[in-house]
Amino acid sequence: MAKRITTPLDEETIAGLRAGDQVLLTGVVYTARDAAHKRLIALIKERKELPIDLRGQVIYYVGPAPAKPGDPIGSAGPTTSMRMDPYAPILMEHGMKGMIGKGMRSREVRDAMVRHRAVYFAAVGGAAALVAKRIKSAEVVAYEELGPEAIRKLYVDDLPLFVIDDIHGADLYEQGVAKYRKE
Amino acid sequence: MSDREDDEMGCTKPRVIPSGDIADAMEELCISACCNLPEENLKTIEAFAAAEESEVGRQVLEMILENHRLAAREQRPACQDTGLAVVFLELGQDVRIERGDLVAAINEGVRRGYEKGYLRKSVVSEPLFERKNTCDNTPAIIHTDIVPGSELKITLAPKGGGAENMSGIAMMIPAAGVEGVRKFVIEQVRKAGPNPCPPVVVGVGIGGNFETAPLLAKKALVRPMGSRNPNPAYAALEDELLEAINRLGIGPQGLGGSTTALAVHVEYAPCHIASLPVAVNLNCHVSPHRSITL
Repeated sequence: MAKRITTPLDEETIAGLRAGDQVLLTGVVYTARDAAHKRLIALIKERKELPIDLRGQVIYYVGPAPAKPGDPIGSAGPTTSMRMDPYAPILMEHGMKGMIGKGMRSREVRDAMVRHRAVYFAAVGGAAALVAKRIKSAEVVAYEELGPEAIRKLYVDDLPLFVIDDIHGADLYEQGVAKYRKE
Repeated sequence: MSDREDDEMGCTKPRVIPSGDIADAMEELCISACCNLPEENLKTIEAFAAAEESEVGRQVLEMILENHRLAAREQRPACQDTGLAVVFLELGQDVRIERGDLVAAINEGVRRGYEKGYLRKSVVSEPLFERKNTCDNTPAIIHTDIVPGSELKITLAPKGGGAENMSGIAMMIPAAGVEGVRKFVIEQVRKAGPNPCPPVVVGVGIGGNFETAPLLAKKALVRPMGSRNPNPAYAALEDELLEAINRLGIGPQGLGGSTTALAVHVEYAPCHIASLPVAVNLNCHVSPHRSITL
């Protein structure tokens, strides 16, 4: 049974999520991947203002395909999260509460999630056309020149996600392999 | 021997292909490859979904199938990562291309296809310093084989970054043998885990050289899904590897299960007496590819 949750993520919701939970997410989500993260970290290091307020927010690692006429967005499945591992702990320090992507996170990122009470979700990779149907609006809010790598503000409605890493230290990928591996 | 007629000098008349036809074919291929996945792909995923041990794994495979059908119905890319345009050309040696440059025609087709098909532009012109997007998904990566005959076969296998990044090569010594190759291939898939969007298709290139083993592995990926190497020893290796990989427990999207790979395709080539190169190129479960013959 999927749990319905909304953004911004509050402490109670975060504490109640466990690795393996299936959720349906509704609310605002920001997109960013490699190039945008690099710029955000540079701004943080220079103590400059960020184009978005990270507090309580969820970042979706995605570079969408261009929208067909009449659609808010094109196919928009997750990209591989570990490329953003070098940047994620700093963003959590600045208030980011959730990340959506796919694939394993590093030990450092997982420790930062426990420390800063943030959750990591996976969207189904390659189910990008289906995922796009759950995105009701999309607008570029920063770095338009980066094209697919721009920061977009999305409104998602019942976006199906799996909780991969919770704030209690559990990891669904580890659990999955442990359960199904055969020698 | 050519079946084409001779000219007055006794030389085979070339088959002329206007470069414009090549650009048009490429444009259509780009859109079709990203939206319409091969029938064997869907049939293979269906079969694995029916046998998947994990309930969540089965759900994920059903979702993937629903996605791929939606993509074809609405002509949308199955995945947002519509990839680098990897093009294999089998150019008949009796073909002459006229009214334009072959490479330019391929790239023009990619440019038009990725624009008209609302496909993503995912290429940066320089990899290390500025990494500026070329904004039209060119240049394509083109591999050309000159073959007998008077046709041009174009195969497009758009390649996304996720699975490509999990690929690898080992320059083994001959003594490593079948066991060494097995271990390397299985370990490459194991350490990739959820990252390449399992269930994966595993392309293995054995032999050749440092530069050709990876190409063999990539060519292996465009074989129809589940097809077998005609050499029985290599076909047996394909079966063995698929079974071993599916015991890893990684499962659909790495969430746990018995479907980690949909197929393993092995290609081989002659190699140096001192070498045993082995390359593994992974494809995700979308594994798009499409061909046209002019």
